[in-house]
Amino acid sequence: MTETESKALQAKDKTEAGAPAEQTRPGPVFAPAVDIFETDKEITLLADMPGVKSGDLIIDLHENVLTLDGGVISPEGADEADVLREYRTGKYYRQFTLSEIVDQAKIKAELQDGVLRLKLPKVKAAAPRRITVQSR
Amino acid sequence: MLLLRRPYHWPTSGWGYPFEELERVKRQMDLMNTALFRAPSGETAAGVFPMMNVTEDRDSYYVRAELPGMKADDLAISVTGNSISISGERKLAVEDAKAQYHRREREGGTFNRIVSLPTQIDTGKVEAHCTDGVLTVALPKAEAAKPRRIAVK
Repeated sequence: MTETESKALQAKDKTEAGAPAEQTRPGPVFAPAVDIFETDKEITLLADMPGVKSGDLIIDLHENVLTLDGGVISPEGADEADVLREYRTGKYYRQFTLSEIVDQAKIKAELQDGVLRLKLPKVKAAAPRRITVQSR
Repeated sequence: MLLLRRPYHWPTSGWGYPFEELERVKRQMDLMNTALFRAPSGETAAGVFPMMNVTEDRDSYYVRAELPGMKADDLAISVTGNSISISGERKLAVEDAKAQYHRREREGGTFNRIVSLPTQIDTGKVEAHCTDGVLTVALPKAEAAKPRRIAVK
């Protein structure tokens, strides 16, 4: 990761997520930026979700589809007026399909400073089973 | 008498592409939509990281920026007169060297941004805090810059 040391960050618009279904509440939906990497033991997913509190984050696993759904409450007070507005706030939503190698019962999630760290341990390699052919 | 408006591209013989006019109208509507409702980014944004939202109430300005994963210690914030400067470095934690990446969308790097505010601020009372990856800096307006009600005698 040495190449990031001196790189200057570029401003980027948030990616708007294709809404999965009609929203009941109006407002933009964004797809969080994620890093996914894999080691021998587990797959780790990191997602940037600034403004999401742990209570407002729903991680749902249903039929191998992992859904991240983070609600954001605007930090702005009611009597504040805009001076400059460069980014929008809204909920985060993104779905991933998990493969069979993930031990779905042991997934761990941790949210700190707006970054979600999701650990998806791999299933222990199934012991190879040899089927003996019987001859008569 | 029945008058039919005939767009000039309309084929006079045969139906080449009867929906062309509709398509054109749709394109115009889309343009109008983006111009009207496609909010902030683009024209007003300076294009410098981090993107900021600035709001004000009667007493203060509030500068906010989304900096996920950053702690207050990683940031250098300084205030002078009517401008605020925020700089820092977003470091992405070095993960296991053997890790194989499937996706890498998050970015790390340095940044430095200065924003000018419309009025002078009380530099002694500026407060900054980072919660859930969102930086909020509260900058109280200088006494001289606050709106004052003048009693009519």
